[in-house]
Amino acid sequence: MGAVPLAHGLVVAALLFGLGLLGVLVRRNLIFILLSIEVMLNAAGLAFVIAGARWGQADGQVMFLFILATAAAEVAVGLALALQFYRRLGSLDADAAAALRG
Amino acid sequence: MPATFYAAAVVAVAATALAISRKNAVHGLLYLIVSLLAVALMFFAVGAEFVAALEVIIYAGAIMVLFVFVMMLLNLGPQSVAQERRWLPRRIWAGPLVLTAVLIAELIYGLASAGPTPAGAAIATAIDPLHVGVALFGPYAAAVEIASMLLLAGLIGAYHLGRSPGERS
Repeated sequence: MGAVPLAHGLVVAALLFGLGLLGVLVRRNLIFILLSIEVMLNAAGLAFVIAGARWGQADGQVMFLFILATAAAEVAVGLALALQFYRRLGSLDADAAAALRG
Repeated sequence: MPATFYAAAVVAVAATALAISRKNAVHGLLYLIVSLLAVALMFFAVGAEFVAALEVIIYAGAIMVLFVFVMMLLNLGPQSVAQERRWLPRRIWAGPLVLTAVLIAELIYGLASAGPTPAGAAIATAIDPLHVGVALFGPYAAAVEIASMLLLAGLIGAYHLGRSPGERS
């Protein structure tokens, strides 16, 4: 894959994944948590594509397509849940749902 | 094009760090779109033009539009116009604009330096959409069917969850 070593691409993917994980752990806003999950899925896809390019196989890109489908399904359900959350609790703070039976 | 790859990687990491550290969700979205475009350019630089296009169309296009729709739904009412004006003053655009300008410069450089052939074709291991399609509908055909079922389940689930409380199905 040209002059970009595999390790450098994987380091970038790991950095992006770490940032997404940090976002999930640190942020309490549901929208930001969903955004961070998107970042993590995207980083996983990046690792697949870079590895696929390293070995000259199409499988990496095929796996990226599946990650794309998963991300689309996940974000649709996640955002619908966030909408319901906001309607019932009047906020998007994840800690607002700390009590059972609301 | 290693230089393009590394520059896009720097932009991607910087935009992602800015995206998850914004107070306002709309500002975070702006930076996340820049991050996705940077990742698309990284795909382009390693010779995966097909997924680079899909990244822009589906991730930066469709999925981010979904986020924007939900944010609009959460802020219905007459005060939302004033709120939007407050959310997006001119200086908010400066950060994403600078990062996007870097990406555009890279894209122009990549297209210009490669001449008539696509930039990715300069790399020996570039994988064209034909091979991806053959793999997708050959050995991975069952997985494609499962992905379609997953998307259908997501569609039905989102419809069910997104209804207003008063509505009857």
